[in-house]
Amino acid sequence: MTATDNDSTGRGAPSLVEQPGGSAGATAASGPGDGQQQAPQQRTLGNRLAAAPWAELAAPIGLVVLVVVFSALTPTFLTGGNIQAILAASAILVVLAVGQTFVVATSGIDLSVASTMTLGAVVLGQFVAAGTSIALACLAGVAAAAVVGVVNGLLVARGKITDFIVTLATLSAASGLALVVADGKPQPVIDRFLLELASGGIGPVAWPVLVAIVVAVGAHVVLFHSRFGLRLLATGGSEEAARKTGVHTARIKTAAYVISGVLAGLAAVLLVARVGAAEPASNTSFLLNSVAAVVLGGVSLFGGRATIVGPVIGAVLLTALANGLTLVGVSQFYQPLAVGVVVAAAAFLTRFSR
Amino acid sequence: MTTTDPTATAAPPVGDDLLVARGLRKSFGSVQALKDGSVTVRRGTVTALIGDNGAGKSTLVRCLSGVHAPDEGELLLDGKPVRFTLPEQAQAAGIETVHQDLALVEDLTVWQNLYLTRELTRGLGPVRVLDRRQMRARAAEMIGSLAVNVPGVTQRVRRLSGGQRQAVSIVRAAHWGSSMVIMDEPTAALGVQETARVEALIRDLRERGLTVLLISHNFEQVLRLADEVWVMRAGRSVAHRHTAGTSGEDLVGLVTGAISA
Repeated sequence: MTATDNDSTGRGAPSLVEQPGGSAGATAASGPGDGQQQAPQQRTLGNRLAAAPWAELAAPIGLVVLVVVFSALTPTFLTGGNIQAILAASAILVVLAVGQTFVVATSGIDLSVASTMTLGAVVLGQFVAAGTSIALACLAGVAAAAVVGVVNGLLVARGKITDFIVTLATLSAASGLALVVADGKPQPVIDRFLLELASGGIGPVAWPVLVAIVVAVGAHVVLFHSRFGLRLLATGGSEEAARKTGVHTARIKTAAYVISGVLAGLAAVLLVARVGAAEPASNTSFLLNSVAAVVLGGVSLFGGRATIVGPVIGAVLLTALANGLTLVGVSQFYQPLAVGVVVAAAAFLTRFSR
Repeated sequence: MTTTDPTATAAPPVGDDLLVARGLRKSFGSVQALKDGSVTVRRGTVTALIGDNGAGKSTLVRCLSGVHAPDEGELLLDGKPVRFTLPEQAQAAGIETVHQDLALVEDLTVWQNLYLTRELTRGLGPVRVLDRRQMRARAAEMIGSLAVNVPGVTQRVRRLSGGQRQAVSIVRAAHWGSSMVIMDEPTAALGVQETARVEALIRDLRERGLTVLLISHNFEQVLRLADEVWVMRAGRSVAHRHTAGTSGEDLVGLVTGAISA
């Protein structure tokens, strides 16, 4: 490189002015990830069209389509009672999907969420069987799930083992442990508190729905309005850059897995209340659906870009899909097939957002 | 060859030693990337570090910025021995780095990158939420104060051009670096015009009294901007020169080893 007009640039206000856009990556505009970001001012129409946040819109659009289709097929679908049923049924998945979102936002994945929930449920059941108070039993269930989260986090962040492998291992270990602890048998849990949790609520809003709302709102605040949330998104976006900027990336990643574990424990309480028993069942569909909800919600599996509202809508969508298919009289066997088609369609739509 | 400012380079600068590194060593497995990293940076000057690819410049920089902990060697800041094993320790000492890869998170906005790990919060007691409005406003001021034009602090870095990204990274370092800014090849990836702008920015920082350690392998640029030069070869610091009275051919000779130090 040669000297470039060096004297004239000397004292004059140095500026790196350039028009935005036109450069690589100019289309990845206002995607999710920044809760209340203002629309960038300098945007051409073409830019805006190309930059439509398809990833963000996939779940809401899908939900609207489902509602239209199913309410055309059966009048029962859009009744108050059925809407309540869908929301109540989606609460567990919402809580799991929110936890999964934290992990995915760090560009990781938690394959152990469902097994962790099972372990939490079984531990809860054993404490109830031992005659402890329900509060202690619930706390023990959440604590057991949190321990799985800690193990995941330490192995991934400190042990530097691939998230996929670590959580695949804890998926197996946690469900095995659940079988051992429960001796393979379901434990009925009859308790007034859990009964109220499963069947009561405030007005038309069931308790599990309220729990899910509180979790979702809390998660949104943490992710977009706290230091931790910003550092978590930074870690997911570029671990190297975050580290060089002084972010404790290992600590952040560990925390994400712990959050996922704790929320799986909370989901376990909801599950036991709903089923009325603590079962060492594998709950695999919850794992697949939690990841599906996150993908539907437009959260980047590469990390760094996330919303909470997306995965929440994704979880409701998946539950509404199962509900609608049942109402229409489609065999249960077709439900996983339908979920697969919906997720693939969402992923296809998301392709256009980058 | 041209000089930046006759008054600045006519005589050797007189600032005291801000940062002194002596005999820093760093190995990665069996590879000795840095065998004897030594550099002295005087307060208020632009000091350049030059050398061929693989000479150990970036490794030395990463030891100074806390990204790598050196295996051996001595580091003095303001005459006091310091040891950095984490980037935040160098940051706390007032040393900011514009890394070669810029260390920006592309998915975050400009203001988020400028404030990452220094977030402003508001709230009561232990309940703190991000003060986004304040950070956005101050980030815009930061950018304005250095007269760089980045198209708005709410833009994601992904949308910025190479020169604009460079500017964001330099603004961040200049704002938070209370004692020294290290720049690792800040113009290597830039075009002619953008390079000129970044060079103007570096002169501007020096005018403001900031101390700059500039890593470059563009010798003309070094002679234009720097007061002093340290030369590295094969993992060692081999020579130290004042730019006044040094020619580009001298530097080439020192870097290649044609001229022994």
